Formats: sequence, structure tokens, C-alpha cells
Amino acid sequence: MVAATPEPSAAGRAGSTRAGAGAIVAHGLVKHYGEVRALDGIDLDVPEGTVMALLGPNGAGKTTAVRIFTTLLEPDSGHATVAGLDVVHDADAVRRTIGMSGQNAAVDEYLTGRENLDMIGNLYHLGKAASRARADELLERFDLVDAANRVVKTYSGGMRRRLDLAGSLVANPRVLFLDEPTTGLDPRSRLGMWDVIEELVGGGTTLLLTTQYLEEADRLADAIVVIDHGKVIARGTSDELKSQIGGERLELTVSSASELAATVDILRKVGVGEPTTEEKAHSAGVAVEGGSAVLIEALRQLDAAGVVVQDVGIRRPTLDDVFLALTGHAAEEAGEAAAAKKRGRRGDKGESS
Amino acid sequence: MSVLTQAAADGMVVARRNLIKVKRVPDLLIFTTIQPVMFVLLFAYVFGGAIHPKGVNYREFLMAGIFTQTVAFGSAITAIGLADDLQKGIIDRFRSLPMARSAVLVGRTTSDLVNNLIVMVVMSLCGLLVGWRIHRSVGYALLGYIVIFAFAFAMSWVSATIGLSVSSVEVAQSAGFIWLFPVSFLSNAFVPTSQLTRFLRPIADWNPMSSVVASARELFGNKGTEKLSTAWSMHHPVVTALGWSLLLLLIFIPLSVRKYRAAATR
Ligand SMILES: Nc1ncnc2c1ncn2[C@@H]1O[C@H](COP(=O)(O)OP(=O)(O)OP(=O)(O)O)[C@@H](O)[C@H]1O
Ligand SMILES: [Mg+2]
Repeated sequence: MVAATPEPSAAGRAGSTRAGAGAIVAHGLVKHYGEVRALDGIDLDVPEGTVMALLGPNGAGKTTAVRIFTTLLEPDSGHATVAGLDVVHDADAVRRTIGMSGQNAAVDEYLTGRENLDMIGNLYHLGKAASRARADELLERFDLVDAANRVVKTYSGGMRRRLDLAGSLVANPRVLFLDEPTTGLDPRSRLGMWDVIEELVGGGTTLLLTTQYLEEADRLADAIVVIDHGKVIARGTSDELKSQIGGERLELTVSSASELAATVDILRKVGVGEPTTEEKAHSAGVAVEGGSAVLIEALRQLDAAGVVVQDVGIRRPTLDDVFLALTGHAAEEAGEAAAAKKRGRRGDKGESS
Repeated sequence: MSVLTQAAADGMVVARRNLIKVKRVPDLLIFTTIQPVMFVLLFAYVFGGAIHPKGVNYREFLMAGIFTQTVAFGSAITAIGLADDLQKGIIDRFRSLPMARSAVLVGRTTSDLVNNLIVMVVMSLCGLLVGWRIHRSVGYALLGYIVIFAFAFAMSWVSATIGLSVSSVEVAQSAGFIWLFPVSFLSNAFVPTSQLTRFLRPIADWNPMSSVVASARELFGNKGTEKLSTAWSMHHPVVTALGWSLLLLLIFIPLSVRKYRAAATR
């Protein structure tokens, strides 16, 4: 769905990264909103040219962190650099280096798609001709050519999101921040967005993205940082996080609840630790070591006991399991709790220059 | 590029964007024009019969007042526009760009001035229809308009500060306007200040709005009653009016820019 356009040469990009330093670095970031500790001492280091996913439930502090990196908010304490530039003291230089797309698409409804991008180009001081050319290039790349001369008011949510992302790329930023870039997109648009992001990263852009979708982090990120209540609760690659909470599980569903007792007896013999069951779903599971050999052994014994197995498999833990294990709640539950809290809050202003 | 020329260039980019909206949502401009036209007609025909300041043609007297009041109220759209951009996250987008910190405000106040200019043309024509005339030379008349627009521009910056201070567009919609009622009625816009109670008189005489109205009357050659007052401001209205506008700009430009820097989406 996205036309491939060759990346402009590295020399044409805005900003440059100081050698040795990570492209995005944070030390002990703290930010309060009144009583709420939105960030409670966050440390991050994103090496140049890599993708970091900031993962967390609603209200975890993801947007707050992004706003600090993009100079929209000043931290109460701690400091952060982007491309070696301090986000508070060198804010202007940081702005010349970064691109950002906020959680809600910040596009002008009364301008056309092309006018939106052209305006951003002008505000980056690209020059009239160059910013028009860049707008055309991005419209092409984001599959918005047909809608280019329509006012954004007539765009769908997905189109707005794409236009907003295009806006963040106008100046070919070295470092990019995307706050929940695929929230609200349908599966097809989400895949399209992932393709675009992968293409960008292939061109050497450093990316920090926030997401609530574990599979998104799994697919796009080199490293994942999980935050909750403003604190980092885990970090690593997706494989590292998965192995942190243990190995494989054997899970199966039998045809009736009355067969569960026999099933559990067998699982106890082949697995390690105590099996778990779910009466309603007629399913049971146990942690195992040895993969498929154990699976075959279990099936043989179940068959001998006359248990009818409807579904069976060895499951590696997903990031969802990681999340559950780390936060003690599933992403959605945590989200609802935080959203309820959020609904009750009043606006507050952060100081930044 | 120097800081100032960059601020101006960026400001014009933003102003153009705002004016595109005026062009694409024409009903907005139509309704902002209908109100002052209605005012002209109502005051001219309803109060025009009832209010008779001594030795003064009330319709002529009235126009400068309505002009000034209209641009003052017109400046309130600055607050609404900024609050709207803030709420939609557009200010965030702007703040993440390497553009001049004042550009969004320069752009907004400039496009609102253009808006006021259009409204003013319509109102002047409407005034001519109900019998208002300019009795002095083009130069004086032009200066009269300049005094009014300088005031409009200054009020726009006051309004910008309000728009960046309130928590939502809805609040901006009333907060931008309510304070203008006492300002415009405690002035010489509709009645001579000499007819006010003794303790309100000095307030009205020194009200920036009064000096703008008095300037316009003087420069358009529409007879007013300002000279009956003993206040210095009423005898030197043009200097006073321009002085007030300058003072407002000196206070509210830095204040609103500071608000802008601190603005976060709400
Ligand atoms: N402007 C504000 N005023 C007051 N509290 C705020 C403000 N912005 C954020 N918060 C609070 O700070 C905490 C972190 O919010 P933040 O928006 O960073 O979370 P998030 O991880 O981005 O959540 P979401 O997934 O919902 O976008 C929340 O408890 C939130 O209620
Ligand atoms: Mg968020």
C-alpha cells in the first residue's frame, strides 16, 4: 500500500548525532502533574539507528516521556538528550533534529493534505520549492495522492494518522518519536504503518515509539522498555523478556469438564509444577521442559485414558504473558483503571521553552 | 535570518493558514459581520430616536462607538482560535518545530486583524447607508482607521493571553467576551461620559476604548461631547489611544509568548 521512495542521502538529513552517545538518552526523568507522579525516575538509552518501544498501560507515563524528549515539557528533575543535545538547554537544536507524531493526529482540518505538509515544510524553512516537492513526495509515499487536494475534514482516521506521520518526516529527521502510531487503525492500515516504519528504520532513523500493542513492540522494536506508574519495570529484547517469565507451556482443551480430573493427573506426570485448569473452557495447562516429546507423551497417555482432546499445543509465552507477569494485570485491565483515573483529572500545565 | 525576520516569516505562514480557514468556512465571517451590522441598525433606528445628546447628531455620534466596540469584540476570536488549536494538539505540532516562539501568536493576531479589516469595510458601508459621513480629509480619516486598527491589534494580544490561559474552547468562548461588556459600556461609545455618575466619569474618560472612540470621532469629523470633559485624555484622544495600544502590546506580547511556551495540550 505504500510506494517505496528511495531514502535521501544521510548528508541531506537534519541534525547529526554526536559519536558514542545514544541517540536518545534519559537519566532519572521525573515529572509530576500535581499529585500524580507521571514519571518516577526513568532511564533510557536508545542507540543510534535502533528502535525502542516504550510499552505500558494507559496512564503509565508514555506520552509524558515523549513530550519531554520532544521539548514540549520540561522534566521536574533528571535530564534527557536527543542526538547529544539537551532537551531543555538546546531545545531549538533538538527541534531541528527530531520529528514527532503525537498520540492524536495534529493536522489542520481546514487545510488540504498537501497544504498541511507544505506548511510544515515552510516552518522548517526548507524554502518554497523544496517544501512543495517534499510534500508531494510524502503524499505519494503515504498513499494520499488521491486525497491530497481535499480538506482533511473529509479524511478518515487512518488517513489523518498517515498524514500526521508524514508531517513528522518532512525534514528527514534523524530521530523520530511516534506516540501510539497505530492506535485506532484497522488491521490493514496497521500493517501498512508497520511497513512504513520498518522502511524508515531501514534508512537509519532512530525511533522511539510508544504502544499498548505487544505484538507491535514484538515486530518493530530492537529493545523494549516496559513502564508502569512512571517506573521502568522491565527492559530487554522481546526474547529476553519472554524468557524472564519462563519457558514453554503445554495447553490443551478436552471435550467435557468431566474429563479434566484425569487430564490434570496426566499433566502432573509429564510437566513440571502444578497444572492449571479452566472449568468453563474445559482446558488445562502445565509448564513443560522438552517441547514436542512431552506433547507426544501426553497425548499418548490421554488417549489411553480415553480422554478426547479437541485442541492441543505447546505455547511460548507472548509479550502479553510478560506484561501480565510484570504488572500483575493484563494490559486492558490496567488500561481501564488508568482511563477511569484519567477521566477524573483536570488539565494542568507543564513549563517548557 | 535574523530572529525578527524569521518570526515575521513564520508568522505569515501561520496567518495564511488561518485565513485559508476563513475562506473555506465563509459562514464564520458572515456571522461575525451580521452582528455589527445589526448593531448599527438597532442603535441607529431604536436608540437613535430615544437618545439625544445635546447638539449632536446621534447616528454620527454612534458610528465611531460601534466601530470600536466591534473590533474589540472581534479580537475575542483570537482567544477562541488559540484555545481551539491548543485543544486539537496543533499547538503541540507547532511547538515541536524549529519555528519562532512568537510565530503562532503573530500569525493569529495578524489574521484576526485581516478579519477585523473586512468587518470594518462592511460596517463602514452600512454606516454610510444609515447617514453617517466622514467630514474631514482622507488623511485624517485614514488616521482614524489606523487608531482603531492599532487598538484592535493590541486587544488581539490581550485576547491571545486569555486564550492560552483558559482550559478549553468553551471557556474561551465566554472568557474572551464577558470582560468586554463593562469595557465597552463604561465608555463614551454609546452615551457621552458627561451623563455618567460622578464616580464612573473618570473611569470612562480614561478607558482606552473611550480614547479610541474619541479619536475616531475627531478624525472622522463626527461631533462628540468629549470636549465637555475635563480629563486630559479626552482632549488629546489620539495620543492617548495610541499610547494605550502601545502599552497593551508591550505588556501582552511578552506575556502571551510566555504563556505559549508553557502551553500544554489539555
Ligand atoms: N496534563 C495533565 N494534567 C494532569 N495529569 C496528567 C496530565 N497529563 C498526564 N497526566 C497524568 O500523568 C500520568 C501519565 O500520563 P501519560 O499521558 O503520560 O500516560 P500514557 O502512558 O501516555 O497513557 P495512554 O496510554 O493513556 O496514552 C497519568 O496518570 C495521567 O493521568
Ligand atoms: Mg499516551
